[in-house]
Amino acid sequence: MGADRLQRQSARNGWLLSLPALILLFVAAMGPLVIIVVYSFLTPGEYGNVVWEFSLDGWTGILFTRDIFDGTLGLADAHLTIFWRSVKLSILTTVATFALGFPTAWFIATRPAQQRGLWLFLITIPFWTNLLIRTFAINEVIRVEGVLNTVLLWIGVIDTPLAIIYTDTAVLIGMAYVYLPLMVLPLFAAIDRFDMRLLEAGYDLYASRWQVLRRVILPIVKPGIIAGSILVFVPSLGAYVTPRVLGGGKNMMIGNFIELQFLAGRNWPLGAALSVTLLVIVTAALLVYVKAANRGSNPHG
Amino acid sequence: MKRLISATALLLATSAIAQAEGQLNLYNWGNYTSPELLEKFKAETGITVTVTDYDSNDTALAKVEAGGHGFDLVVPSANYVPIWVEKGLIVPLDLSKLPNHANIAPEWKDVTWDPGRAHTIPWQWGSTGVAVDTAIYPGDINTSAVFLEVPDELKGKINVVPEMNDIVAMATMYAGGEPCSEDPEVLKKARDLLVAAKPNWISMDYGATERLSNGDWAASVNWNGSTMRARLANNTVAYGYPKEGYPLFMDSVALLADAQNVEEAYKFLDFIMVPENAAMISAFARYANGIAGSEAFMPEDMKTAPEVVIPEEFKAAGVFLPTCTGKAQEYITAIWTELQK
Amino acid sequence: MAERRFEVARLPGFATVAVATFVMLYLPIATLVTFSFNAGSSIAVWEGFSLHWYADAWNNQAVKDATVRSLVIAVWAAMISTTVATLAALGTTRRAAFKGETFIYVAINQPLMVPEIVTAVALMILFGMVKVATGYQGLGYLILAHSAFCIPFAYLPIRARLEGMDLSLESAAADLYASPWQTFRFVTLPLLGPGILAGAMLAFVISLDDVIITEFVKSGGQDTLPTYMLGQMRRTMTPEVNAISTALLALTVVLLTAFFLLTRKKG
Repeated sequence: MGADRLQRQSARNGWLLSLPALILLFVAAMGPLVIIVVYSFLTPGEYGNVVWEFSLDGWTGILFTRDIFDGTLGLADAHLTIFWRSVKLSILTTVATFALGFPTAWFIATRPAQQRGLWLFLITIPFWTNLLIRTFAINEVIRVEGVLNTVLLWIGVIDTPLAIIYTDTAVLIGMAYVYLPLMVLPLFAAIDRFDMRLLEAGYDLYASRWQVLRRVILPIVKPGIIAGSILVFVPSLGAYVTPRVLGGGKNMMIGNFIELQFLAGRNWPLGAALSVTLLVIVTAALLVYVKAANRGSNPHG
Repeated sequence: MKRLISATALLLATSAIAQAEGQLNLYNWGNYTSPELLEKFKAETGITVTVTDYDSNDTALAKVEAGGHGFDLVVPSANYVPIWVEKGLIVPLDLSKLPNHANIAPEWKDVTWDPGRAHTIPWQWGSTGVAVDTAIYPGDINTSAVFLEVPDELKGKINVVPEMNDIVAMATMYAGGEPCSEDPEVLKKARDLLVAAKPNWISMDYGATERLSNGDWAASVNWNGSTMRARLANNTVAYGYPKEGYPLFMDSVALLADAQNVEEAYKFLDFIMVPENAAMISAFARYANGIAGSEAFMPEDMKTAPEVVIPEEFKAAGVFLPTCTGKAQEYITAIWTELQK
Repeated sequence: MAERRFEVARLPGFATVAVATFVMLYLPIATLVTFSFNAGSSIAVWEGFSLHWYADAWNNQAVKDATVRSLVIAVWAAMISTTVATLAALGTTRRAAFKGETFIYVAINQPLMVPEIVTAVALMILFGMVKVATGYQGLGYLILAHSAFCIPFAYLPIRARLEGMDLSLESAAADLYASPWQTFRFVTLPLLGPGILAGAMLAFVISLDDVIITEFVKSGGQDTLPTYMLGQMRRTMTPEVNAISTALLALTVVLLTAFFLLTRKKG
């Protein structure tokens, strides 16, 4: 009986506390998306925008395209190629930011308490500069006659300049750079509350470093890993400035493709349908991921 | 905190005075408006011009159509002007309020996209061609083959600006068709040309001025004004006018139907048709304007620049892109998607 | 004891990676700062030392306005989004699972799920109608839009901090007859501090960097630094923006150093 009351109270407080955020989101993020859902069922206007006539072409256009030359309906392989490229690059970016971000977050969390804020700021300070100018600066570092090659040639590590610019490696470097704080900050928030004495206990029980890392550290920082991966993976799916500047812009990412439909391509319903599809897929993936990641990892359990 | 609130209050207030007397809101391409021009205008009329930037015709169109933007004047490209007119977003000009209208050069007076210049006043015009570092490729540069059938010297060193309409139009003309063509045979040829050429391109990006100057790129499909700047930094860069056909563009100023500061807008439109003022516009962004007699006030290096003054023999190949139909646009987008997938 | 604890927390190679990461972060920033002193008008070709881009930026009212506008929006957006995100994080962690929890979680993360252009177009249409209906075209729309999309960036770090945070201290406080508010103010909030700091910093930089949504929501005379840059991208970029960025960096470093020295004296 008492537990039931507690449960209801918990739910009520949960909703009440979330309400301000939900209202704000409803007004300026989620609510307006209703417009996009409606637009996906309309007909494209001759010069952009929509005409208020019902049509399912936006939706069929996601998977099938009518071949413009012979009029046959075929699988839209271009769309799948673009989608797959975005997913692949986002996964790589998430892995790269984690590989760099976890040691960095750990390093910061093990500094003396009064220094941690300073180190955190050091992570975010580069991001006070504008994204475009920052991306151009990365370009400046890795281009053929750039800083990196000059330095490496000068110390004699290499004899011919590395051709990184306009390759997938360049895009990966750039994306990892841009999204690094999104991984480091949540990881730090999770590691920082971790009681280092647990490690001592682990070593006292003759656990190896690897065992301690896997059995003691990872479960406890898991919420941070989940938060960091979401913050890196999902936005990088829609990234386009970095791929364009560092990758040379020869291949579209999903964000560019949707933008094309809303701007020069003048096919708003297709753009709307693509966005809704992306929203549904990412949301489903997110729920599965969070559920799987949380399974049996309650540190108090 | 107090500072923040007062700064916010100030900023919130600025939009309120935007409709007050002596104000004008210009919605223009980024980095396209000479600050000296605005200072001079203010000195003469007391009107403060606020410039807000956009970076594509489609963005500008969508925003103005959505309403509540607060702009008075906009600067669409030639092939978009008919769309603005058809949607009723810009209004015919009252020529009696524009005594300097006579200064528009004869060849820009009666243009296909705006007969009799009833809606728009010329701002700047230019062309899309090929910029080539002639130290690396000494061959013929007045052809689209430079990027469609890339010569060995330029393989892996040439950039193509990611401007869908310009690039597909150039490929279509190279394939023997017209821009905005709906002929499947020609379009197929254009698509195949582009797809086959793409592996030889280093990138599809902006910023040619920089990278032609510093040698990162040996060539680029590029605008004339930008190429001129690159040549001033690296004198082996030359600008080619593809003989198969190359796009011309003209951005013109138009008065929005829901403009709040109409009188001020007319004063500004008349002001930019004074040759001396038009020259200031050109001196800033390095493109030609359409006002007769402005040449006299242009910077010395622009008067004879081969990028600005089109040589007689290449004049005929330049075309203003028409306003494509929805169908033609669908073809163009499909080709572009195939190219960039 | 302290020595030994430091020792255990050390994982082999971590410090090296961390230092390498910091170097990687600051290498491009160093070139950016260098080119702000370029005499030529290029952000890639060095033509000698000069301060004239600083003078140019200082004399360019449009750039100065855009910078101030960006900062004002970012501060408001960070404050608003962090406040509501903290409340939401408290509401959705460390309590018995309740109906609708998943909905709240998805709703909060929704701004991450669609490419910016989609939210931008939707907001443009909606706010366009509101602007026409009310006649108000001020900065409020931008602050509102930024606050909304910054929420997940503030929420996730705070949630990561809260999740599995020990309840025993709060129970102890409650046992000592502390009111719920006192418990929150003197126990939960200080424990939550680093999470809130991390969330607020993320929200701030995300807002400061936003281009697309701003581009579609702004009214006349509301360019921010990123939209000003976007307009320049198709033409020529000059070191003017490098100069502004460097000035902003310098200002941050000065403020930070002052803050650090002050708090250290107290401690």
